Amino acid sequence: MSNDPIHQFQISKLIPIEIGGVDLSFTNSSAFMAAAAIAAGAFLFFGSANRALVPTRLQSMAEMSYEFVANMLRDAAGSHGMRFFPFVFSLFMFVLFGNLFGLFPYFFTITSHIIVTFALAMLVIGTVVIYGFAKHGLRFLKLFVPSGVPGLLVPLVVLIEVISFLSRPVSLSVRLFANMLAGHITLKVFAGFVTSLAAFGAVGVAGAVLPLAMTVALTALEFLVAFLQAYVFAVLTCMYLNDALHPSH
Amino acid sequence: MAKDSRPDETGKPGSERMIGTGGGDEDLERRRLRLEATLAERRPASRDGKDAQNPSSKNSFGNAIKLSSEFVAAIVVGVGIGWVLDYWAGTKPWGLIVFLFLGFAAGVLNVMRSAGMVAEHGSQPPFGKDGSS
Repeated sequence: MSNDPIHQFQISKLIPIEIGGVDLSFTNSSAFMAAAAIAAGAFLFFGSANRALVPTRLQSMAEMSYEFVANMLRDAAGSHGMRFFPFVFSLFMFVLFGNLFGLFPYFFTITSHIIVTFALAMLVIGTVVIYGFAKHGLRFLKLFVPSGVPGLLVPLVVLIEVISFLSRPVSLSVRLFANMLAGHITLKVFAGFVTSLAAFGAVGVAGAVLPLAMTVALTALEFLVAFLQAYVFAVLTCMYLNDALHPSH
Repeated sequence: MAKDSRPDETGKPGSERMIGTGGGDEDLERRRLRLEATLAERRPASRDGKDAQNPSSKNSFGNAIKLSSEFVAAIVVGVGIGWVLDYWAGTKPWGLIVFLFLGFAAGVLNVMRSAGMVAEHGSQPPFGKDGSS
């Protein structure tokens, strides 16, 4: 049924591939992930291609996104954090383009699947843990022991801090996924009201104006959410990287 | 280390190359320096302004999702750890119970932290770290 609000999240295999019993098919999700990566790359490539002193609109947009992320990272993690700039910037652009691609009708929203956002979040936390241990060794564990805690309470506090740390990838991924999923379902449900109301003749058509207006407003809101969630994802990545860079303060 | 300074100087190589070929002389150079001075003067101010107005302008729906996901995530992780511990150690209900409460505590800590009421991961309260977004 075309009016099913969940139907848009279904995965369909475009090119079935199976290697050693593992399903590695190229799905519509993979296709849109590739499209998001290529579009982000093309945007930055063409934006920076002719390097004018007075930037064109495209170049201006590319420079703005660059400076936006660079400032964000410098504010959160200091100038030492700039070594992670390529990582944070690619994450931000990928999530942003994935979110924005989802706003086209009939397009698949990659960030509305929790496994995608969770993989991105695990990438962030994995980077934090590996870099933290590589740079600071066991001193990285001081992250879990706040100073000035009475000795008796230390095991309890450490356990709570460890759970708090482990909950980061979960909350990071759930936040992005829940926002995109809820937004797209709401949009679809309100858009569905338009057609089902219009089936009731002239009165229905007059009434259908209301959900139509709501759909337009929600679309605008979804654009805001698409940017905001990419921003939040990148900001939290910066903050977690800051922990890896400076665990003891 | 060499990488650190590279992203700092946004667009500088490009503009300098243009000046070199264009032969814009001291006038252009002077104007460029003045622009840099003005930008440097203005940048921290505008950034502070953005930070100051950010919490108020952020829509409350986003805030609600943020805080609730922080809270729920910690409980889920706590329950997960407790369940796995029970599964491996055979201490049937106790791991789940204890870690549920620990997860609850961690969730409250997460929420307080992201609401900016508890200092970030590093204690030392007077250290006004601007990471609470």
